[in-house]
Amino acid sequence: MPQKSYRQALNDALRLEMRRDDSVIVLGEDITGGKGATGEQDAWGGAFGVTKGLLKEFGEERVLDTPITESAFVGAAAGAAMTGLRPVVEIMFVDFLGVCFDQIINQAAKFRYMFGGKAVTPMVLRATYGAGSGSASQHSQTLYPLFAHIPGLKVVIPSSPYDAKGLLIQSIRDNDPVIFLENKILYDEVGEVPDGAYTVPFGEANFVREGSDLTIVALGRMVGRATAAAAKLAEQGVECTVLDPRTLSPLDTDSIIESVEETGRLVIVDESYPRCGAAADIASIVAEHAFGALKAPVVKVTPPHSPVPYAPELEGAFIPSVARIEAAAQSVMSFRR
Amino acid sequence: MDIQAVTMPRWGMTMTEGRVNAWLVDVGAAVRPAQEILEIETEKIANAFESSVSGILRRKLVEPGQVAPVGSLLGVIADAGTSDADIDAFIASHRAHEGERAADAAQGPSARLVAALDGQVNVLSVGPEQGTPVVLIHGFGGDLNSWLFTQPALAGDRPVHALDLPAHGGSSIPPTMTLEGMTARVAAALDSLAVGRAHVVAHSLGAAVALLLARDTPGRVASLSLIAPAGLGAEINAAYIGDFLAAERRPQMKQALGALFADPGQVKREMVDDVLRFMRTDGVPAALRQLAEDVFPGGHQRMALRGVLETTAIPCQLIWGEQDRVIPCTQAAGLPSTVVVHTIADAGHMPHMEHAGRVTALLASFIAAADNRQP
Repeated sequence: MPQKSYRQALNDALRLEMRRDDSVIVLGEDITGGKGATGEQDAWGGAFGVTKGLLKEFGEERVLDTPITESAFVGAAAGAAMTGLRPVVEIMFVDFLGVCFDQIINQAAKFRYMFGGKAVTPMVLRATYGAGSGSASQHSQTLYPLFAHIPGLKVVIPSSPYDAKGLLIQSIRDNDPVIFLENKILYDEVGEVPDGAYTVPFGEANFVREGSDLTIVALGRMVGRATAAAAKLAEQGVECTVLDPRTLSPLDTDSIIESVEETGRLVIVDESYPRCGAAADIASIVAEHAFGALKAPVVKVTPPHSPVPYAPELEGAFIPSVARIEAAAQSVMSFRR
Repeated sequence: MDIQAVTMPRWGMTMTEGRVNAWLVDVGAAVRPAQEILEIETEKIANAFESSVSGILRRKLVEPGQVAPVGSLLGVIADAGTSDADIDAFIASHRAHEGERAADAAQGPSARLVAALDGQVNVLSVGPEQGTPVVLIHGFGGDLNSWLFTQPALAGDRPVHALDLPAHGGSSIPPTMTLEGMTARVAAALDSLAVGRAHVVAHSLGAAVALLLARDTPGRVASLSLIAPAGLGAEINAAYIGDFLAAERRPQMKQALGALFADPGQVKREMVDDVLRFMRTDGVPAALRQLAEDVFPGGHQRMALRGVLETTAIPCQLIWGEQDRVIPCTQAAGLPSTVVVHTIADAGHMPHMEHAGRVTALLASFIAAADNRQP
C-alpha cells in the first residue's frame, strides 16, 4: 500500500472530493498563494502546504483566497453551505476561531435545529491545533473541548494519515458543520494510505492496540505517545488497550465503556487544558456508566491549567510526555484500596 | 533425531507477534506431526498451532498469557535420549540468532498488482520459483489474507500465489461484477504471472471461479481443491449475505462474520476492522451488491457447476465443515467416487482458518499425489 504523509493524505481527500462533487469548494488565507499579490501562484498551498496543487486542477472559482478576516469568510462559508455548496474552510490556527464564535456557535450549529431539520450546513472548518512548534500561546492551543461542548457541531481529531484522509472525506460528505482539527506536528507523519477514496465513520473509536490490564484513551497527537508508552509498559508485563476516539463529537462511549469493563483501569491522555476538557468529560462518563468495573481511580494526563509557554523547555514540559503516561499507568496498576 | 525448535508462527503479512494462550501438551509428553500443541492468539484470530515433527516436548519457554515476536523460541522438541546440556546449548544458540530471524520475519513478502484485462489484480506470491504453482482463490467479501495459515504451509517446495478477486482486497473494481467477468480477470492475472498450469485451491465463491476455469481451460488446472464451495447446489444462507452487506458498524459486522465459524469467538476485533475498512472503500459495497445479485439472485445460487466435477479428468477434492452455516456440506453428497470428500466435524464455513493444520495437511498430500500422477 502507498506510504503518504498526513499532509498528503489530507490533500488526497480534498482532491478526490472536489473531483467527485462540483459543489465542494475550498477557501482560506493564502491557499492560492496570496490574493492580489504578485509572484508565483500556489507557491505554498496554504500556510501548511495542505492545499498545494488544488488551484491548478480546480481553478480560482473553487479555490478561493480570502482576506485575513476569519469572521467574514467563516460566515460566508456557512451561508454558502446553507444554499447548496459544500465549503471546506482552512483556518491557519484554531486559536483564530475566537473571532467567529457567533458564526459557528450561534448560526451554523443552530440552523438544522431552528429550521425544523429543513436546513443543512455541510461546512468543514479545517484548523491546526496543538503545542510543540514554538508558536507561542496564541497559535498553539488545543481547543476541541470548546466545540465539542456545542450541540450541532461535529468535532474530528485524526491521529494518523489513514484516518486523516478517511475522516476528511467523511466530513465533506456530512451534512452538518464539522470542526476538523489537524495537529501541526503530525503533518510529516507517514503511514499507509490507499490511493482511492474511502471513509472512516464518526463515532467509532479505533483500537490501536489491545491489552487486558489497562485502557489508555488518547486523542490526536497523544495517540502516538500513548502507543509508545504502551510498548514500554508491555516490556514490564503491563498490557494496555490504546483507544483513539477519532471524533470527540460524536463520542464512541460504547467502546470506551466496553474496554474499561474489560480492563478495570483507565488513563486518559489529552493535550487540551484540564478543566472542563476532553479528559474530564471522558472520566465523568466512565465514572457514571462503568463505576463498578473500576479497580483504581481514573488518571488524567493533561497539560497544566496554563497558557502554552513559548520557552522551548517549558513548552516541552507542558505537553504530556511518554514518561508521564508511563508513570500514570504504573500508578494505576499499583493502586491498592 | 535432531533437536527441533517450536517458534512463533507468522500468520499473515501484518503479524509481528502473538500471544500464547495455552500449552496443550505437558513437558515430557510425546508429540506427533499435526498434533495441536499450543493455542496462539493474534490480533486477528486465535488458532491451534500444530507440531510439524514428532518427539518429546522437552521445554516450554513461554508461559500462557505471554506475548512473543514472530520467529522467537516457544519450546523445544527432541527425543528422550537428548541430554539437557545439548538442549540448553540449542536454546542459547537459537536465541543468539533470534534478532536476525525477527528482522527476516518483519520483512515478509508483499503483495503486488498485475494486469488483468481492464484493471489489476492484487497478488501475494511466496515460495521458490520451481515446482508446479498453487493458486489460492478466496470467497465472497474476503481477500487473500484468508489464506494466512495455508499459504506459508504450502510454499515449502513450490510457488504459491494468493489472489484478490476483482473488487476485493487490493484489486481494482471492474465496471460490472459477474462470476464470468471475475473468472476472465483471474485467468488474465494468471497469464500476467506466467502461470500456465497450477493446482487451484479455492474457497466458497472462489470455488465457482475455479470450477469455471476447470471447465473452460482444463489444461491450466493441475488439480482442484475446493473448500466449502459454491456452485454445487442452490442453497445458500441468504441472511448471511444480507447481514454482511448491511453491516456498517463493528457490532453488526462481528455478528455477521460469526456465522462463518463454528465458534463465533474466533472473530477478533481486528478481523472485523479489516473487513469494515474494505467495505468503506468507495465503490466496494455497490460492486459486492451487484456480484451478490449476479451469483445469488433471490437468495439462491444461480451457478450449476456439479457437471464439471462429474465429467472432468482433473483430480478433485472437497473439504467441508460439517457445521457450515453458509453453504450446507450436504451438497457434497452424490458426487462421483473420483471426487475425494473430506468433512471436518467441528468446522464451519472457514475450515482453512478454523482447523488450518488439518486442512493444510489434506491440501499438501493431495497436491503432491496429483503431481506424481502426472507425466
